[in-house]
Amino acid sequence: MQAINFLKPNRDNIKNYSIIGSFLVLVSLIDVISNAFLKINLTSFLPGSLTTLFPLILGLIGLNMMRIDYSGNQKLDFLNKNINTNNFNALLTLLILFSIIKALPQSLSWMIFDATISGDSKDACTGTGACWTYIKVWFRRFMYGMYPNEFHWRINTAFILVIALGFVGYFMKENLKKYLALYYVIIYPVIAYLVIYYLISGGSFGLQWVETGAWGGLSLTFIVSFFCLIFCFPLGMIFALGRRSNLPVIKYISICYIEFWRGVPLITVLFMSSVMFPMFLPEDFFMDKLVRVIIAITLFEAAYCAEVIRGGLQSLPRGQYDAAKSLGMGYWKMHIFVILPQALKLVIPGIANTFLALVKDTPLIFVVGLAELAGMLALAKTNPKWLGFAMEGYIFASIVFWIICYAMSKYSYNLEAKYKTER
Amino acid sequence: MSDPIIKIQNMNKWFGDFQVLKNINLEVEANKKIVVCGPSGSGKSTLIRCINRLEEHQEGDIIVDGNELSEKTKDIEKIRAEVGMVFQQFNLFPHLSILDNCTLAPIWVKKMPKKEAQELALDQLKKVQIDDQANKFPGQLSGGQQQRCAIARALCMQPKIMLFDEPTSALDPEMIKEVLDAMVSLAKGGMTMIVVTHEMGFAKEVADEVIFMDEGMIIEKADTKEFFANPKSDRTKLFLSQIL
Repeated sequence: MQAINFLKPNRDNIKNYSIIGSFLVLVSLIDVISNAFLKINLTSFLPGSLTTLFPLILGLIGLNMMRIDYSGNQKLDFLNKNINTNNFNALLTLLILFSIIKALPQSLSWMIFDATISGDSKDACTGTGACWTYIKVWFRRFMYGMYPNEFHWRINTAFILVIALGFVGYFMKENLKKYLALYYVIIYPVIAYLVIYYLISGGSFGLQWVETGAWGGLSLTFIVSFFCLIFCFPLGMIFALGRRSNLPVIKYISICYIEFWRGVPLITVLFMSSVMFPMFLPEDFFMDKLVRVIIAITLFEAAYCAEVIRGGLQSLPRGQYDAAKSLGMGYWKMHIFVILPQALKLVIPGIANTFLALVKDTPLIFVVGLAELAGMLALAKTNPKWLGFAMEGYIFASIVFWIICYAMSKYSYNLEAKYKTER
Repeated sequence: MSDPIIKIQNMNKWFGDFQVLKNINLEVEANKKIVVCGPSGSGKSTLIRCINRLEEHQEGDIIVDGNELSEKTKDIEKIRAEVGMVFQQFNLFPHLSILDNCTLAPIWVKKMPKKEAQELALDQLKKVQIDDQANKFPGQLSGGQQQRCAIARALCMQPKIMLFDEPTSALDPEMIKEVLDAMVSLAKGGMTMIVVTHEMGFAKEVADEVIFMDEGMIIEKADTKEFFANPKSDRTKLFLSQIL
């Protein structure tokens, strides 16, 4: 015990101890880094397994020397409180640091230093690294699917228009603000649908018809997510209110709806929408596959939204209902002005969760033959000319999805901060 | 004797198996101030919540301003708009400013023009002396200020009757006075009031009648002076000896 105790600092000598301690940790890190990056073993003079364990032991001693209950130095205290609380945590900290350092050189050289991006065929990729040429060559396919190259401007224009229309709310005049909800729930989706229908589908105004089967890539991801998000939220709200209704018929219809859709896997819903649903329709009735899929996902996600929103409704104190009622408000006025504004604010994190899951579920539409981003990857990796680049594709797709989802979650944090009220 | 504005006859109410209100008979004439007191769980709050039908009664009649309250009542919102209510927990709408709290119902329920509603609200807020807080949010105000705002909010609907459900029970002793002052000046203005409270000083000052309830029954109903000077039932005497 004595031997360990002499490594224990007290408040008087903490300065010297922390300098020696951090020096030891630094040495251990340098040893690992030089080993990983430069392939030099600084401790080759040590026998056998000791040379591998050397940085770990050194680091542990160093962290042990720095550990003190309270030093007054903010950074040191932060370190001690969070990653250096005891020997076991110090060991974990070091192991994690070392494995990151060990893994870095290989992944960096594969992704950047040895990677190829020049050329436009598979022959360019001769190195040992990643073949970004593959992504470069297939980029348009990943973005626009099988949509004819010369019409890509139509997709871009449609998206710019839809985004611009989405910002209309910010510039609305004060006296029109009360129609904001109406605009976003009804008018905006309809306009967006028309824009996408006439621009991307074409068929009129001299634009050539492009069937939805040719749509694909990231733009299809956006289209599907956009319509599903914008429709599933109001629908979910209706079912959330319905489930709490006093009218038994509405209540049980809502419960049945929610429990049905929550109980079925999305993949079977998609199969049914594309394969079985048309069988029940009259002969001359035609509904596009993409539309059917969007409706299916919307109905599916609305059930989840409903439960999230119901959670928010339930968390409001009963006094809010009492107060609204005592002022003579009926059911709808009470909900629109008092209950929903508060409840929806509370469920922003939950709704963001559902929406993120929805966006990441869109690749499932590949099972019914619609190839959005991940679907295009699956097609591309089986292309005989470009076999063997699945890894690059999946990394690309993860980065794209991560950017989209991170942007969404950032936006939801902003909303939360914006509508925060004290109770 | 004018016609009573609130008339309750043989009213009974149950929560499941438990009977909370037993054979209640009560008549309140316009402009009268009634104080309801009694121990916890005696059904005082339930009684006044029945008057604007936040609670439903199962037997008997409640007639408010000529309208009978029952399952068949279609325009319950109209009746509620005539009956203001102030709650123990204030129940202000936390997402709206003080001014918006006061104008929300006049604008959307009474269809009052926004400007007029705001003037009315500022006027009412001035009467309870918080017009300088109009643009703050409820969370930024003290309990006493919130409760005064709740009174102003109810008054903005220009009700014929005001119900108070233990308006001072959730307040610090220092803040009780400011709320009671607001209620006293309201009473002097001639409002019909039913107040559930433990503030016997307030009862002595403004009440025309005091009702003592216990175990869901009205034990005693008497003029204020009579009630305090010489209570009839032993239960009332016991209660008064403990509370005064």
